[in-house]
Amino acid sequence: MSLLASALAWLADPDSWSGSGGIPTRLLEHLAYSGLTLLLALAVAVPLGLWVGHTGRGSGVVVALAGALRALPTLGLLTLFTLLLGLGLMPPVVALVLLAVPPILSGAYAGIANVSPALKDAGTALGMTGGQVLARVELPTALPVILGGIRSAALQVVATVTVVAYINLGGLGRYLIDGLAVRDYSRMLGSVVLVALLALAVDAVLALVQRLATSPGLRLAP
Amino acid sequence: MTWTAANWPHVLELTGAHLVQSVLPVLLGALVAIPLARLAVRSRVLRPVLVTGSSLLYTIPSLTLFVVLPLLLGTQITSVANVVVALTLYVVAILLRSSVDAFEAVDRGVLQASTAMGYRPLRRFLTVELSLAVPVLVAGLRVASVSNISMVSVGAVIGVQSLGTLFTDGLRRSIVEEIVVGIALTVVLALLLDLLLQGLGHVLTPWQRAGSRSVTTRLLALGRGAAA
Repeated sequence: MSLLASALAWLADPDSWSGSGGIPTRLLEHLAYSGLTLLLALAVAVPLGLWVGHTGRGSGVVVALAGALRALPTLGLLTLFTLLLGLGLMPPVVALVLLAVPPILSGAYAGIANVSPALKDAGTALGMTGGQVLARVELPTALPVILGGIRSAALQVVATVTVVAYINLGGLGRYLIDGLAVRDYSRMLGSVVLVALLALAVDAVLALVQRLATSPGLRLAP
Repeated sequence: MTWTAANWPHVLELTGAHLVQSVLPVLLGALVAIPLARLAVRSRVLRPVLVTGSSLLYTIPSLTLFVVLPLLLGTQITSVANVVVALTLYVVAILLRSSVDAFEAVDRGVLQASTAMGYRPLRRFLTVELSLAVPVLVAGLRVASVSNISMVSVGAVIGVQSLGTLFTDGLRRSIVEEIVVGIALTVVLALLLDLLLQGLGHVLTPWQRAGSRSVTTRLLALGRGAAA
C-alpha cells in the first residue's frame, strides 16, 4: 500500500497544485472539454429526440442509429479523426460527441414517446396546439427520463475525456499519460482517483438537478 | 489494403485477445450478478445496498479501474487480468439492476403454482424463474456486451493488448488503414456477439415463438383473468 501513500503524497504536494500543469488547470481543461462536448451533443440529440418522440416519425431509425453509435469504439474514432483532421481541439471533441449522442437521444426519444396518450389528448382537448402540447405537457412529464439520458452521457464523457491526453491535449488524463511514460505510478494513480472523484461529483450534481426538475405532480404519482 | 495484407496474423491475434477480454467478463459477470439479483429481489436490506452499490460502481471510470486494480490484485499494469476484472465489475453493475427487474417481473401466480406442484426452491429457481426471466436478462446482457467491446480498447492506452492496440499504433505511425481495420473489427465483434445473445434468448424461450395459441400462454391468460 506504499504506492497508495505515494499517490496521496502526490495529491497533497503543493507543487502538483501550482503552475500551468497544476491540478486546477488540468481540472478546468477537463471540465471545459466535457462541457463543450455535452453542449454540442445536446444541440444535436435533444431536438432530434423531441421531434421523433413527438411525431413518432423515424423512431426505428433513431433506435438503430443509437445502437450503431454505441458499438463504435471511442478510442478508435479519437485516433482516426486526429489522423484525418490533424491535431487540435475539434477532432477529439467530435469523437466524444458521437459517444454522448446515443444516451441523450435515446433518453429524449423514450421520454417523450412514453408520455401517456391520455395526457396528450387532454392537452389537445384543452385547445393546445401541437407545439404547446410538446412544451407544456410532454416536456415536463418526460423531463426526468431526458435528464437521466443526459446524466449517463455526462458520466461517460467525463470518464472518456481522460483519453484525449493521449493525443496531446490537456485534462486530467495528462498525468496518466505522462506518468506512464516515465513509470511514475503514484502520479498515474493520483490522477485516476481525481477523475473518479470528478465523475462522482458531476453525477451527484446532475442527480440533484434531476430531482429538482421533476415536477411535484410526477413525484406524487405511483 | 497493403497494411492489412502484411499484418493479418497480428490483427487476428489482437482480435482473439479482444474477444477474450470482452466475452470472459460477460460470462463471469452473469454468473455473479444473476444469483445476487435473485437474492436481492425480496430482501429489504440487500436490494437497496446492491442497487445503489452497482450504480456507484458504474460511476468509476474504466481507466481508473485499469490503473487501480494492479495495486489491489498484485498484477502487472499491462496484465489482461486487470481489464477482465474491471469489466466484470461493470457487467455486474449493469446486470444487477436489470436482473432485479427481470425477477420482479416474473408472475407471482406462476411461482405459487410451481410450489403447489411440488417444486423445491432451487428447482423452481432454475427451471421456472430463470426461464421466465430470460428475455429481460438477455436484454441486459446485450447492453453489457456491446459496451464491453468498446471499453476493452481503452486498455491499449496503458499498454494492454487488444484491437485498441491498432488505434494507438496506427496513430503513432500515421496509418489510417490500421485504425479503420480496428474500428471495423470492433463493430463486427459487437454485432456477432449481439446476434449470438439474441439467438440464445430465442432458443431459451420457445413459448414466445409459439404465439397466442400455445397452451402455456392460454393458461397464463386464464390465470390473469382469474386473478383480476
